[in-house]
Amino acid sequence: MDMNEIKEIFFQECEEQLAELESGLLKLNDGDRDPETVNAVFRAVHSIKGGAGAFGLDDLVSFAHVFETTLDCVRSNKLEPSQDVLKVMLKSADVLADLVSASRDGGSVEESRTRTLVKELEALANGEAPPAAHAEAPKPAAAKAEAAKPTDDSGFEPVPFTFEGFGDDEEPAVQGSTYEISFKPRRELYSKGNEAALLLRDLSRLGEMSINCDMDALPDLDKMDPEDSYFSWKVSIKTSKSEDDIRSVFEFAEWDCDLEVKLAAADARDEELPMVPVPFDLSALDETPIAEEKPASAPVAAVSKPASAAPARAEKKESPAAAAAAAAQNNAAAAAAAAGQTIRVDLDRVDRLINLVGELVINQAMLSQSVVENDATGTSAVNMGLEELQQLTREIQDSVMAIRAQPVKPVFQRMSRIVREVADMVGKSIRLVTEGENTEVDKTVIDKIAEPLTHMIRNAVDHGIESPEKREAAGKDPEGTIKLTAKHRSGRILIELQDDGGGINRERVRQKAIDNDLISPDANLSDEEIDNLIFAPGFSTADAISDISGRGVGMDVVKRSIQALGGRISISSRPGLGSTFTMSLPLTLAVLDGMVVTVAGQTLVVPLTAIVETLQPEASAIHSFGATQRLISIRNSFCPLVDVGRILNFRATQANPVEGVALLVESEGGGQRALMVDAIQGQRQVVIKSLEANYTHVPGIAAATILGDGRVALILDVDAVVAASRGQSMKPEMSLAATG
Amino acid sequence: MKKKVLTVDDSRTIRNMLLVTLNNAGFETIQAEDGVEGLEVLEGANPDVIVTDINMPRLDGFGFIEGVRRNEKYRAVPILVLTTESDAEKKNRARQAGATGWIVKPFDPAKLIDAIERVTA
Repeated sequence: MDMNEIKEIFFQECEEQLAELESGLLKLNDGDRDPETVNAVFRAVHSIKGGAGAFGLDDLVSFAHVFETTLDCVRSNKLEPSQDVLKVMLKSADVLADLVSASRDGGSVEESRTRTLVKELEALANGEAPPAAHAEAPKPAAAKAEAAKPTDDSGFEPVPFTFEGFGDDEEPAVQGSTYEISFKPRRELYSKGNEAALLLRDLSRLGEMSINCDMDALPDLDKMDPEDSYFSWKVSIKTSKSEDDIRSVFEFAEWDCDLEVKLAAADARDEELPMVPVPFDLSALDETPIAEEKPASAPVAAVSKPASAAPARAEKKESPAAAAAAAAQNNAAAAAAAAGQTIRVDLDRVDRLINLVGELVINQAMLSQSVVENDATGTSAVNMGLEELQQLTREIQDSVMAIRAQPVKPVFQRMSRIVREVADMVGKSIRLVTEGENTEVDKTVIDKIAEPLTHMIRNAVDHGIESPEKREAAGKDPEGTIKLTAKHRSGRILIELQDDGGGINRERVRQKAIDNDLISPDANLSDEEIDNLIFAPGFSTADAISDISGRGVGMDVVKRSIQALGGRISISSRPGLGSTFTMSLPLTLAVLDGMVVTVAGQTLVVPLTAIVETLQPEASAIHSFGATQRLISIRNSFCPLVDVGRILNFRATQANPVEGVALLVESEGGGQRALMVDAIQGQRQVVIKSLEANYTHVPGIAAATILGDGRVALILDVDAVVAASRGQSMKPEMSLAATG
Repeated sequence: MKKKVLTVDDSRTIRNMLLVTLNNAGFETIQAEDGVEGLEVLEGANPDVIVTDINMPRLDGFGFIEGVRRNEKYRAVPILVLTTESDAEKKNRARQAGATGWIVKPFDPAKLIDAIERVTA
């Protein structure tokens, strides 16, 4: 593992910590006062700071430090996490997330945002807490300009770990001074794992020293407490180092010993007294009863002469390769034992597994088919084995899909930030409530719903929820609520976005649709149909396109991207009470439930989600309309009939509808079409194989699959076919995005 | 004999850095993710020195150090506190809990190794 890999791990970990941070802050916002919640929030920021420091990400460190300081005030109950405080903190969490992204991707974060929040955070920390030493002077913001010395302006000043003493010859080699050191350890020094002998060893590395051990305090053996400290030392050392360097040797021990360091009298007088270096060898003490009786703290046993200390250090470094190899083994074992509940797997490996399982499913289907064809079904052993294989294959497939399944939580958490930001921009007060964040769905689905969901959330905040004044006038809570829910329903995931705003303004939607030539002025539309107009291409309800939800994308794009995932979206709205968008999505993009049909001798698969119903048309229900158009009347309403074989150019003339089967499908814009196929073979789960990846894009075809008989069957792109029937060309972007 | 180091830190990043640094320096490294796990692996690990973080879930560094010091067999094992805390109060608490010394993050590998060699024979 090299530093880049560790850095990668760091950024992964940051994502987790940021999620932890945000969910913790939101819990606090909801009135949670569990100290563990505060601790978790603090730890998240602390962890990010720690890792960032190790990689020298100074901007990140300094902001995290200020944030952490304020959080510490909350942790120590000096600062009450009120709504106002949490607002600043949530914003800070957002900036922290941006700083992490900037550090990873090389971007930058607006300095003014960082600076403003640093000020607000510091104000919070200082407001109720006793002003910290570093807060007295107005500090410059921890921003880019100060990046060179971020540790200073944030007040975060790591105490340097002073080992400069060892073999560090940068300092001018002055003649050297002689210091006299008196060192008397107390028993606490030993109980904390420190060692007088080791301290003396380190001291000896600073220069030439002579040492004198005072054993007068040593009582008789029967009175001796092996835990106590009886020795003290007087050391005289000639060194070029300063007194501070000497004291730093005792850095860990200074609380637990009496230490005196002073320039030797002779030296003070600037007189170079010849000093005879006494060989420093305490090994003789090994034999003293003290050493025998102090196994726990054995202060002397380990001391070696300075002369032998150096080679000993060198030896240790001689076989690092072998050492590392052995250590790696040990670590693997330790890690396996420690990991416990989860392991991290490269996504590529999982994808490969899914592909293989896809092949297995196809292979199994082929095997079944050839058994049937060779009429080996009579053999019950073959039959049973085959059935078992089928079951196992299905189970393996489900288990592998489950590996890719992930909770929607990260996406939902991202939404809370968007609500905050957009609400801030438009001056509304909005609460996001999420439910069912732990609902799991395939990772590719998660990745792809983030964008449409973001757009819908922006819309809900910008257009859905009214301004606080309007809400109050309508007798509502001035704070709006947006509820985001995820749940599983019949093998699909249902995501609901509900706002308690004003609902769809049908008058305006209708007018807009008329203005945009989407409907004729005298069209008679139901409320539901009017609501669904917002999904029509080129429709935008906001009178002036704001920079929040405008962006040139309308709900039609949202609808299309949901459909591209094999999903559906619908809206229900009640004036004055709000709107609910419901998205239904497949749990995976690797397999698809499809209806296998025959068209002009070809086998096609129609995604089941698109099909509303199937029917056998009667001659009396078919009506001609113009030269080529035909309509079918279903329960007293007319629906255009589309011959799939004709559209795909499988045949030159239209087939007789009465001889085929009509699949009633719902198409873009809510309208229905009846797709004519020759026959239905059955319903089956198929493995999606991308056509683009293996061949090229074919208009009207979304993807391909391999059937049990080994033949390739094409998966119909229902929307493209319907669009083609309207005389529009089939647009490639309407095709179903296939994986695998 | 290679020296054995037990590291206790909840951050995956820091754990990995410690692992790489210590392995490169020829130490044998055993890792735990928090104080509770640290105490669990302590017995089997039999470390020569322990490096621990302070802020950890379940059981923090202070609690972990106290736990080690209560263990008759390991109460004299040097414990280095690895933490970003630079204020004296935290250091003091760590010392009262029984820490031997500390290393202030961001650590540089040389300092970490020096600190370990400083408290081990």
